[in-house]
Amino acid sequence: MNELWVLAELGETGPKKVSLELMSKAAELTGEGQWLPAAVVLGGDEAAAQRMSEYGAAKAYLSQDDRFAAYHATAIADTLSALITEKQPIAVFIPATNMGKDVISRVAARHRLGMLADCTSVAVREGSLIATEAAFGGSLLVDCICVGATPHLLSFPPNTFPAIKQPTGNLQVEKVAAAINDKVAVRIVDRLAAPTKTVSLEEASIIVSGGRGMGGPDKFAILEDLAQELGAAVGASRAAVDAGWRPYSQQVGQTGKTVKPNVYIAVGISGAIQHKVGMQTSEHIIAINKDADAPIFSFCDLGVVGDLFEIVPRLTAEIKKRKGG
Amino acid sequence: MNIIVCVKQVPDTTAEKRLAADNRLDRASMENILNPFDEYAVEEAIRIKEAQGANITLVCMGPAAAESALRKGLAMGADNAVLVSDPLLAGSDTLATAYVLACAIKRLPFDLILTGMQSTDARTGQVPAAIAEFLELPMLTFAAKLDVDMGKRTARIQRQAEGGLVVLEGNLPALVSVTKAINEPRYPALRGIMMAKKKEIKVWNATELGLDTSLVGSSGAHTKVLAVRKPAPRAKGVVIKEDPDTAARKVADYLASVKAI
Repeated sequence: MNELWVLAELGETGPKKVSLELMSKAAELTGEGQWLPAAVVLGGDEAAAQRMSEYGAAKAYLSQDDRFAAYHATAIADTLSALITEKQPIAVFIPATNMGKDVISRVAARHRLGMLADCTSVAVREGSLIATEAAFGGSLLVDCICVGATPHLLSFPPNTFPAIKQPTGNLQVEKVAAAINDKVAVRIVDRLAAPTKTVSLEEASIIVSGGRGMGGPDKFAILEDLAQELGAAVGASRAAVDAGWRPYSQQVGQTGKTVKPNVYIAVGISGAIQHKVGMQTSEHIIAINKDADAPIFSFCDLGVVGDLFEIVPRLTAEIKKRKGG
Repeated sequence: MNIIVCVKQVPDTTAEKRLAADNRLDRASMENILNPFDEYAVEEAIRIKEAQGANITLVCMGPAAAESALRKGLAMGADNAVLVSDPLLAGSDTLATAYVLACAIKRLPFDLILTGMQSTDARTGQVPAAIAEFLELPMLTFAAKLDVDMGKRTARIQRQAEGGLVVLEGNLPALVSVTKAINEPRYPALRGIMMAKKKEIKVWNATELGLDTSLVGSSGAHTKVLAVRKPAPRAKGVVIKEDPDTAARKVADYLASVKAI
């Protein structure tokens, strides 16, 4: 039986949410395509494989080799590549994260495979996977298929699909060996933790972003308070990053990150095209801006014209109150 | 040390992008610039040159007009430039682009390849890792800081990853892609601009590179576009103007309605 694979990205506590999201989607599609949903878990343990099975994996390829912790994505790419040659799956779903981006290109180049990156949806039509790519930050949707040799490689950003528990019960685990090419191996020398324990922008289901209207670095404290109440990540517009108020790692937009949270709250952000392409596919958009003519009001779901310094602290207090705190 | 910097010409980031009838980006109608991320790669190469000496060669694939992007890089301080240009290459996908760039790079001496983390037009970020694969090199992507040690022949980067910074190291020759956090690109000085105008840009075509032409252009593409459509427009939102207390309550109501609280 042909297999549809999901490459699991692992965090400190097992598969990351994006891995579970992709596994859920793969399991949903396999009925239509008559494929077996399988997880590829490299550098994890039995528990990580079991976790993937809770979200639909019927089979798992597991390598518990310690070296995955010592090497960067190249080790994953090399091992996945060897597995592909041996098992010839029909397609591989890969998280469109920094790790996944390296892996997908490397594997596609090695085997000359078609890849569709940052897809926003996927469906089975006449036995083939048809994916939609968002071009120019979602301004256009492009329906594509891969042609030529399989497996076809598809990547999806976090939050593209819901993670749905669908235990398969009887997980078949196949142990695989790590295949690491020392010539290209990239060693992990050190990990510098983020300064604070925060939700990562790519994975957050709520993002509170500030722009030029924040007026300075200290003022972001009110956004951090709001984010904390909501369990949200804090983002920033290019203007705020260029001004040195926030680190580049928080920049949302064309030259920063593309995000797709359930709720995006844009505070003091005008919504120039540069910013828009990085967040317009968010499920729900709330904008707070004092300028009634700001472009952001033309593509938000709820716009509030007013003074953010008056509104945001009241909003934080209101949420706290409703949560019963 | 020999450094190659891969650069691309892209539409100005403030431009609304359109597709031409053939579903390709309508580049002709837009102002084109050096890909902003590539400026950081060029700057990083120049900083390495200033610190420890290097010869910097820019490599670009694109139409003849892409020469202006190379001139910008030369004006910043790169030494040489190569433009790979051939009508056969039009419509190349990311793999084909990486293959072409890798074939060009193979003809040049190099210890280090620098690229921007992605282009601002297609934004796939797939090309750097695929170049590394075609040349069988270690790839150090999304660098926020780079240290090259020619004595030990290693490149070490700080990489912005989800949830923190990771320090990675690979042996030279290696490919490094950079983010905007790595430096602040310089503006070309007038003298640099004048000198760049006089520099020769080598132009290589597919035949000179000995490319397998079945792998490039539209016919070599590994993906096929079935349809291009506009996303369903967002339902027209509500814009309110209320006193701060009411506004805060209404935002909270909305957050509750979408189960965010």
